[in-house]
Amino acid sequence: MRRMMKRFLPYPLMTATLLAVWLLLNESVAPGTILLGGVLSLAAAATLGVLDLPGGRFRRPRVALSLLGVVLVDILRSNWAVAKIILRPDGGGRVSGFLRIPLDLRAPYGLATLACIVTATPGTVWVAYDRRRNTLLLHILDLVDEQEWIDTIKGRYETRLMELFE
Amino acid sequence: MNNHLADLPAWAAVLAALLLLAGAVLTLIGTVGLLRFGNFYQRVHAPTLGSTLGIGCILLASILVFSVLESRAILHELLITALMVVTTPITLMLLARAALYRDRSEGSDEVPPPPPG
Amino acid sequence: MMLNLLMGTIFLTQILLAVAMAFATFRVLRGPRAQDRVLGLDTLYVTATMLLLTFGIRTGSMLYFEAALIIALLGFVSTAALAKFLMRGEVIE
Repeated sequence: MRRMMKRFLPYPLMTATLLAVWLLLNESVAPGTILLGGVLSLAAAATLGVLDLPGGRFRRPRVALSLLGVVLVDILRSNWAVAKIILRPDGGGRVSGFLRIPLDLRAPYGLATLACIVTATPGTVWVAYDRRRNTLLLHILDLVDEQEWIDTIKGRYETRLMELFE
Repeated sequence: MNNHLADLPAWAAVLAALLLLAGAVLTLIGTVGLLRFGNFYQRVHAPTLGSTLGIGCILLASILVFSVLESRAILHELLITALMVVTTPITLMLLARAALYRDRSEGSDEVPPPPPG
Repeated sequence: MMLNLLMGTIFLTQILLAVAMAFATFRVLRGPRAQDRVLGLDTLYVTATMLLLTFGIRTGSMLYFEAALIIALLGFVSTAALAKFLMRGEVIE
């Protein structure tokens, strides 16, 4: 029974969420809608099962909230900073370039979240990750002080992500 | 003319107008950067203005208008927000990696070499 | 009065977004490299989503929000596929 469950319903929570979104989008609970939505969300979850995602733990919602706050503030600030750079008439002696950062974080979902944070913040883009050396290659638009960027990434994001995922 | 917005209270109208304007101006600045910057790796930074805060402001304006009016559910805005949060970094990351791969395979000296081994 | 202000701002917003789309289109046409074109195309998709949202606010019609959702989704899938193509020369490995 449990194996059947695992075979056909590997992600029950995901399936239920997909079905709920489907019903809300259609704004109806007619039997036909439920049936089609059910089949589709079962199929989607089964596809996820085939992908064999790495396991991961997620704890401490309070840390997650503080991380969310930090990221939102940083997105606001760097939007402002990048807008100023773009509108500067001459380019203003700005240096942009690549930066390699050694990481301590190894959890796959933590790295994925870090990638999303770094790239979603204007002014920094995640370019490559070296799994063997655990280093990260970023491109930074305003690379004046390398150490400052390393401190930002490691201090503001990485420590919180390690608390969350490791 | 239009009437569903006529029921909107003044504070919500002003706030929505400010949010819309801020979103559009940010997006425009982002595309100006897309035009002005000198190489691909600099240009990749520019559209993030629009796809983070720009679309965020416009989604907020929409959520504000329709939740004050109570005329329709705001599920679509929430879905678009979720989609943007997840997809924007992925597309940019994929593009940056593709560009790096192409530059490295052409032996360009603008990009750092791959780590040895 | 407030209605006119809001409608005027929505109109202005749409003009600004249209100009932004023109800039992105310029980058698509101009290149110089394939990755620049794909970046311009992705920007075009995001801006189109925003434009549809402003139309949705103006008319109150549900249709625009459905369209915005679909454009956003299509934009992601096509950019991801194009980036994959640039990297390997094929979409599905």
